[in-house]
Amino acid sequence: MKLFRRPSNAPLWQDEFPFYTADERYVSRRQFTKFLTLTSLAMFAGNLWILGRSWLRREPSYPRRAVARLDEVPDGGVKIFSYPTEGDPCILVRTAADSYVAYSQKCTHLSCAVYYDRQLNQLACPCHQGFFAVADGAVLQGPPRRPLPRVVLEREGDELVAVRMEEGA
Amino acid sequence: MINFDFVDRRETIATAAFVCWHCDEPTCAQVCPADAIKKYEDGIVGSSLKPRCIACSNCVLACPFGIPKLVAPAEQMMKCDMCYDRTSVGKRPMCATVCPSQALAYVTPEAIAQTRREKPVNTFQFGSQTITTKVFMMAPAGVESISIDVADYTWEGENEAVPQAF
Repeated sequence: MKLFRRPSNAPLWQDEFPFYTADERYVSRRQFTKFLTLTSLAMFAGNLWILGRSWLRREPSYPRRAVARLDEVPDGGVKIFSYPTEGDPCILVRTAADSYVAYSQKCTHLSCAVYYDRQLNQLACPCHQGFFAVADGAVLQGPPRRPLPRVVLEREGDELVAVRMEEGA
Repeated sequence: MINFDFVDRRETIATAAFVCWHCDEPTCAQVCPADAIKKYEDGIVGSSLKPRCIACSNCVLACPFGIPKLVAPAEQMMKCDMCYDRTSVGKRPMCATVCPSQALAYVTPEAIAQTRREKPVNTFQFGSQTITTKVFMMAPAGVESISIDVADYTWEGENEAVPQAF
């Protein structure tokens, strides 16, 4: 890069591949100072950009979408649906007669699909043995660090409607 | 590595020393595509670095003195490095220690100039290319630089099988 070159009339290849061993890793004070200054500037600009982005970020809007009828899922049963887009698989679990919970199906570790383990009453990820609580999506065991994002459900007549996603407890 | 060879073994026992001249701007290092030939801090141009050399023979063809040799079994260029293992610890290179007539001498040019009629010269002219070297050649007193036309030394005789010295 020309900015970091020491002043010289030799062609670039001669500077980059000098035949003197002493020149091979030689960096002048000026080159080093330029490197430090420009790197610090780049780091500063990067931090400003991150700061600006966090200021400008808005709450995402979620669609309302009916995901299941109340009598569609048996007690202890599950239904897979997509929310908020077609590419986001979610899992609905009927934990009791009138208790439904839904979570994103992507494990927060490496995005494997979690499934409902009825014996343990836990959401389990088969890839690396990660387990999540059914009640709130919290991590119980395994490599994931963050809880499963929760799909907030509302009841409308005999239908369950997904309202929004919520970062887990 | 021994850098001597017979000139024409059938006709004469004369040998030629392929002693590297350790150019100030070594052509071999400039043409090396693998950055394998280096000039050390003390001015010695070393053999190719084993991890880098790709045995392409660029240096063999480029050197105006014809010093580098491609050593096929090692897949590497090797040449006179002024016995770096010896000279780096203060000993004389092997060729200078065994030469009985001081045709090869490991002394400073100032020191040898006082003992000989000839004058040490380290400027060579190959066509339009001027080369200055670390190693000096003894030349007649009036000569400032040694001019060599490579065509004068090109072999134009019958192409006969010459037994290898080693």
